[in-house]
Amino acid sequence: MSDAALRAVADAARSHRARLVALLAARSRDLAGAEDAVAEALRQALEAWPARGVPDRPAAWLMTAAKRAQGQARARMATASRALPALALVTDEAAEEPDAWPDHRLGLMFACTHPAIDPATQTPLMLQAVLGLSAERIASAFLMSPAAMGQRLARAKQRLREAGARFERPDPADVAPHLGQVMECILAAAALGWESVPGSDPGRADLAQEAVFLAETLADLTPGEPEPQALLAQLLYVRAREGARRAGYVPLTEQDTRLWDKTLIVRADLALAAAGERAQARGRLGRFQCEAAIQAVHCERSRTGRVNHVALETLHDALARLCPSTGATVAAAAVALERRGPLAAMARLADLGPEADSFQPYWALLAEIRLRAGHSAEAQAALTRALGLTEDPGLRVWLSARMASLMP
Amino acid sequence: MQYTILCYETAADFARRSDPAEAGPYWAGWSAYGATLAQAGVFVSGAGLLPPAGAVTVRVGPKGRTVQDGPFAEVKEQLGGFFVIEVDSLEAALDWAAKAPSSASGSTEVRPVLAMPG
Repeated sequence: MSDAALRAVADAARSHRARLVALLAARSRDLAGAEDAVAEALRQALEAWPARGVPDRPAAWLMTAAKRAQGQARARMATASRALPALALVTDEAAEEPDAWPDHRLGLMFACTHPAIDPATQTPLMLQAVLGLSAERIASAFLMSPAAMGQRLARAKQRLREAGARFERPDPADVAPHLGQVMECILAAAALGWESVPGSDPGRADLAQEAVFLAETLADLTPGEPEPQALLAQLLYVRAREGARRAGYVPLTEQDTRLWDKTLIVRADLALAAAGERAQARGRLGRFQCEAAIQAVHCERSRTGRVNHVALETLHDALARLCPSTGATVAAAAVALERRGPLAAMARLADLGPEADSFQPYWALLAEIRLRAGHSAEAQAALTRALGLTEDPGLRVWLSARMASLMP
Repeated sequence: MQYTILCYETAADFARRSDPAEAGPYWAGWSAYGATLAQAGVFVSGAGLLPPAGAVTVRVGPKGRTVQDGPFAEVKEQLGGFFVIEVDSLEAALDWAAKAPSSASGSTEVRPVLAMPG
């Protein structure tokens, strides 16, 4: 009975937390205060629901409790808060179903990418403000000390207040220009999850799941925009392949496609198709559509049994033009190695700057290129760098086995 | 800024060092890590340590010396080696620490090196 009540609190938190925080922050322009009020409401629910039963309308209950908590906090600092914008508590959302509440979640996501916030803090801030992840958990994912991450998040919220950031749902005209940064943040969160092998560090692995949730939310909130749908498709394709890596690292093109999650691939296909429909109206290919299409080509192997290198080459070239990065260049060079051989692959890598030195996939690819060119000793040296740069235990096992196989 | 990366390993890690099937990948991981620190230009110094079974702990108290066989504390993970690196920030030091093989099997502690006055 009490287990069911606790689960009800967890479910309500999952479904409504972001809506509640966004709504309270839109009124008060105080993100930290809004989060505190919602946390207080959830704390009260944990106390009340197991004892007195789950209310008929959990979301409305939480809204009432959160508003009361916000009001009490404001009363405590009443003198200090005279300068705050006048806040009308006229409409009573608690009387309505959550679907009827004003939805300011997109405003909340945009506020997390406010120019006053250091770009390195935007993803952590979004994970906390929208999903309610703790500073400890975010700190582990971002390899920071929890105390330092806590301070950084608190400072970011303070900066939003000083900058007078708004949390209201943005005007339709303001959506497109700010969407890119929000998608970058979600992708950054997902990428942290991808680096880890399932089982090695659960905290990071399920960050990929949190990122899917963020991408779904963003796609829902931006009907008509192709790129958020494409981002969602990309994250789902990658997630679909997780099962093939559960027992250790296996290179993508060698994975057993029977271990891929077909249901997730279908969901991803649908999201990509939706992105395509939305994009047709705009007549241009976006970066996230390009990335999702690359993942779609890889996943297609589960149906066709082969990798379409021609399609991959076209897409990787397009991506490297649309959104140049070390990762994009290395990925394009990997396709060039398959399609055109080691010389063509080396030519692609020649453009890279010194930042590639600390990029593990660069060294792993360089080892493969040198190997195909018949330079075994140089391949060994590159594998050593790749091995020294990985923190993934599964990849470490794979790379050291690869090194051992090259030993004369 | 200098940081010490203290690599704590489990009994299983120490056993891998001499296991015929495991020794190859074990040492390949550590030597690649050390070589990568050097090639990245952050390596200052470091050493690997023999297993804790060979440790001897000395204390000098009011009643004289006490010498004990074994490490100073019986804990699950024991110091297996350390590196001193020169990087700009704690974040950069943590980034390198995460790549130490001990981070995946045991744990890795990062301690800023005390700057000696003068």
